[in-house]
Amino acid sequence: MTEQVPPNRHAVCARINPPGSPPRGRDAWERLCGWLLCGPGILWLILFCGLPLLALLATSFCQRGPDGEIGLPLTGENYRRLAGFGELGFDAFYPAVLMRSAGLALGTTSLCAVIAIPVALWLSRLAPAYKPAALMLVVIPFWTNLLVRTYGWQLILAPDSWLSRFLQALGWLAPEEGLYPGWSAVFLGMVCDFLPFMILPVYAAAERLDSRLMEAAVDLGANRWQAFRHAVWPQIKPGVTAGALLVFLPAMGQFVVPDLLGGARLMFLGNLLQQQFGPSRDWPFGAAIASVALLLVLLALWLRRGLSGPQPIARA
Amino acid sequence: MKSSGLPNVSWFRGRLATAWAVVVYLFLYAPLAMILLQSFNSARYGTKWHGFTTQWYRNLPANESVWEACVNSLWLAGSSTLVATALGTALAYGLSRHWFPGSDTVLRLLPLTVFIPDILLGVALLLVVGLLQQVHAVLGPGMTAMLIGHVTFQLPLVALVVRARMATLDPALEEAAMDLGATRWQTFRHVTLPLLQPGIGAAALLAFTLSLDDFIVSFCTTGPGATTLPIWIYASAKRGLSPEVHALSSVLVMAAVALTVALRLVQKKPWFST
Repeated sequence: MTEQVPPNRHAVCARINPPGSPPRGRDAWERLCGWLLCGPGILWLILFCGLPLLALLATSFCQRGPDGEIGLPLTGENYRRLAGFGELGFDAFYPAVLMRSAGLALGTTSLCAVIAIPVALWLSRLAPAYKPAALMLVVIPFWTNLLVRTYGWQLILAPDSWLSRFLQALGWLAPEEGLYPGWSAVFLGMVCDFLPFMILPVYAAAERLDSRLMEAAVDLGANRWQAFRHAVWPQIKPGVTAGALLVFLPAMGQFVVPDLLGGARLMFLGNLLQQQFGPSRDWPFGAAIASVALLLVLLALWLRRGLSGPQPIARA
Repeated sequence: MKSSGLPNVSWFRGRLATAWAVVVYLFLYAPLAMILLQSFNSARYGTKWHGFTTQWYRNLPANESVWEACVNSLWLAGSSTLVATALGTALAYGLSRHWFPGSDTVLRLLPLTVFIPDILLGVALLLVVGLLQQVHAVLGPGMTAMLIGHVTFQLPLVALVVRARMATLDPALEEAAMDLGATRWQTFRHVTLPLLQPGIGAAALLAFTLSLDDFIVSFCTTGPGATTLPIWIYASAKRGLSPEVHALSSVLVMAAVALTVALRLVQKKPWFST
């Protein structure tokens, strides 16, 4: 696979300021310029991203006061509760929410991959005349509002919709029962939502596919599956991992789709967080949930680094 | 483009693959088509077809809460894009052309911030805003907090997009300018900036769209009177479906389609090509 190597930044700096050149305050000036240019942006991210996340972590060790305020002393109670060990003995409710969210994210990622790989390969081999239009058709849903799309699924899957009535007539659904709310609705909404995030990176990898390898595989007697497994898959794998990350991480914290399509019975991480910070007003417990989620995100990012090395991920 | 002559290798160009792609496209567009269809349905409740009407569209302009949400959304997207693009471009340029202690750490952390799920950023900001509110009401949830939240998720993306464009620039052009006696500022103003412009434009557009579409961060930091379009749609969807929501959503979808097509046409021009 040909990998694009971005021009080395140090080399550029060195060419503009040759390393052998006399100091003459050049280095100090260089550093000052860098700080002046990057300072505001870095400061912004530290103030409004770094510090709030640290505050979240700190709050997770506090206790909820009688009026929902955040109080001392420090405690690990929130984490124990999240692990299922509350005041009333073991309760699987919170661990189940975590598992359910992870399952939803994993399921969405795998479904997206299975659906997207053939489409991405098809796109990459499309006649040049149709390709821009076909690609644009993948991008348009991505630019439309997520709420609007989720809301569209609500309409399609409602008990009185054509689809539901058709399935009821077939006997696959009980009369008066819709696909929404429930698991199937959540999965449909999630896959529809995240599919472009998988198609585009896989397509980018498939564009650079060396078809000679496939020809060689076929020449050597491989069947279709073997040719795919040994000649295509290794080449598109970086695209699939990039796509998997782009799907998995947002899917983990997705709030809108499970909330609007899952109904009240299905609780996911996002809804649980919203509940703790909203109606329940138990911010320390909410902070503990958020901290665990953040840890999972960092873990996923770290795992990916291990999987395919530190590659820059092109987004959008 | 490489294409193989062997028929059994090109199975993903076959009829089966095309059929699959068509099914996937239908799947992607099903919810949008449904909304569009329902926006012309004269039934007040339910999705059963009761006849064609444009009444829901005609009702929209009279709906004050929609106008307010629309103005809020556009104001928020515009101002946050302005701030994020300025800060992000400076950050990208600084990181690409200057070395300073800590710049490598920033380069390593910047892509990570993109991956922080919106809801975590949202509740983290909500927490801080909630605490600050006890100091002074102005610091509480509302438009200012939303603006800060939006800039925070836009900034790393803008910086990364501009930096990616920066990496494709030929350093020889800047060197040539400086060899010819241009100062650092002149080089930036007359060489680097014009070359960067497509990248900055693409980043700003991305930031603008993300802000318009954002629901979670806005939802977490919203305060009284600070309703955006996504929040309005969410509230309506929760309350029960009303045909005005179909009409508004259809308008938004059409706007998104128009924007994408327009961008595509603009990008065809050689000046804007990346």
